[in-house]
Amino acid sequence: MWDWLKQNGLSPKSFYRTSGLCLPWLTVLFLGCAGFGLIDGLYIAPADYQQGDGFRIMYVHVPSAFAAMAVYFAMAICAVLTLVWRVKLAAVCMSCSAPIGASFTFLALVTGSIWGKPMWGTWWIWDARLTSVLILFFLYMGFIALQSILAEQHYRDRACALIALVGVINLPIIHYSVIWWNTLHQGPSISQLAKPAIAPSMLYPLLAMIAAFFLFYLSVLFMRMRNQILLREKHTHWVREVVLS
Amino acid sequence: MNKHRQRKLITMMSVVLMLSLAAGLILYALKQNINLFYTPTQLIEAKVAPTQICRVGGYVKKNSVQFDASGQSVAFIVTDKQRDILVRYHGVLPNLFREGQGVVMTGQLNAEHVFIASDILAKHDEKYMPASVAKALQKIPGASAS
Amino acid sequence: MNWIYMGGYGAYVWGAYGLTLVVFVMNYLIVKREKKQIQKRMNRFIQSKDHE
Repeated sequence: MWDWLKQNGLSPKSFYRTSGLCLPWLTVLFLGCAGFGLIDGLYIAPADYQQGDGFRIMYVHVPSAFAAMAVYFAMAICAVLTLVWRVKLAAVCMSCSAPIGASFTFLALVTGSIWGKPMWGTWWIWDARLTSVLILFFLYMGFIALQSILAEQHYRDRACALIALVGVINLPIIHYSVIWWNTLHQGPSISQLAKPAIAPSMLYPLLAMIAAFFLFYLSVLFMRMRNQILLREKHTHWVREVVLS
Repeated sequence: MNKHRQRKLITMMSVVLMLSLAAGLILYALKQNINLFYTPTQLIEAKVAPTQICRVGGYVKKNSVQFDASGQSVAFIVTDKQRDILVRYHGVLPNLFREGQGVVMTGQLNAEHVFIASDILAKHDEKYMPASVAKALQKIPGASAS
Repeated sequence: MNWIYMGGYGAYVWGAYGLTLVVFVMNYLIVKREKKQIQKRMNRFIQSKDHE
């Protein structure tokens, strides 16, 4: 079954075709979720009882932080698929995810800083949460740097996979940092076990924005992967047909 | 899964596991350094030297905030619900500073065990709700909005 | 326009959303430019192969 999947579902050729069909739908869904999230989050949702309208920064801060971690996790899974099973598509997915994940991490850091100034009274503090997210940003940068120095494809994929795999240790540290240590950053508002500590009218736009960030990640990822696949498979017959058509 | 791949997967997982263990031990050893602040209980028990600059975090005790005549200086009690510390501060307070809310302060204890803060940051909690809901909750005994 | 003012947090809120927009647009433009470059490169590559 696995071999069949690798031959058919996970082959670069079939991915190129399927992703082409998915892209318009992803874009439409993204615009829908982002539109709803923005209108609901910026206009309809009521102001917070403590933070007033300043809490609306949450609707870009939380999704970008969440997506930054999820993208790294996806890269780690791709790393295992690359190192153990040599799935070509996984290596492409991993290397194409990195710049998107890095941009989300940057966004999480800067929007957090913009939120921290009026609420906490400081742009930055070296507490465990902020520092561990900064380390995530450096991991992304390290990955991208390593990718750009190594020339040989096969060697590059494996070296990058190793960084992605080792860096995954940072993810639970980021998540639990606010619980394990005293931090200025507050604890999680949404967790799987407990009822969300956020009113439903304020939660819906957050969920819509999280969905929008993931859909955006998927659509940019697919576009990037399609570009890379053409380059990597340039000697094959099907790529020739795609380019000439 | 063939033997070769199985072995590779196991090796890789054990490397990640070992590195996590190493990271975990390092973080555990550095626990006190990673903590951003002392709670009032920790500060009192740690017997921090009077001149040492440190951070203290806790909640502003209800009905304890007193401004002086000029409105520039403030005294209040910070608590972790076990021990209390009296704090004095001269300067601008953050917007979110209010009774019952969290604060993280930089400063030092003086000889009278009063914490002289040089810098105050507000720490907010993870709860978000509309003002109308918070007001309604305050009317219900037992439910707390802040 | 009370809405733009955001209860005094306008600069922070709009700054954060504006930055998000910039990052999203950048992501999209970079991948579009890459597509154009790769299209050109592939065309050249195929032509050079046809000459051989």
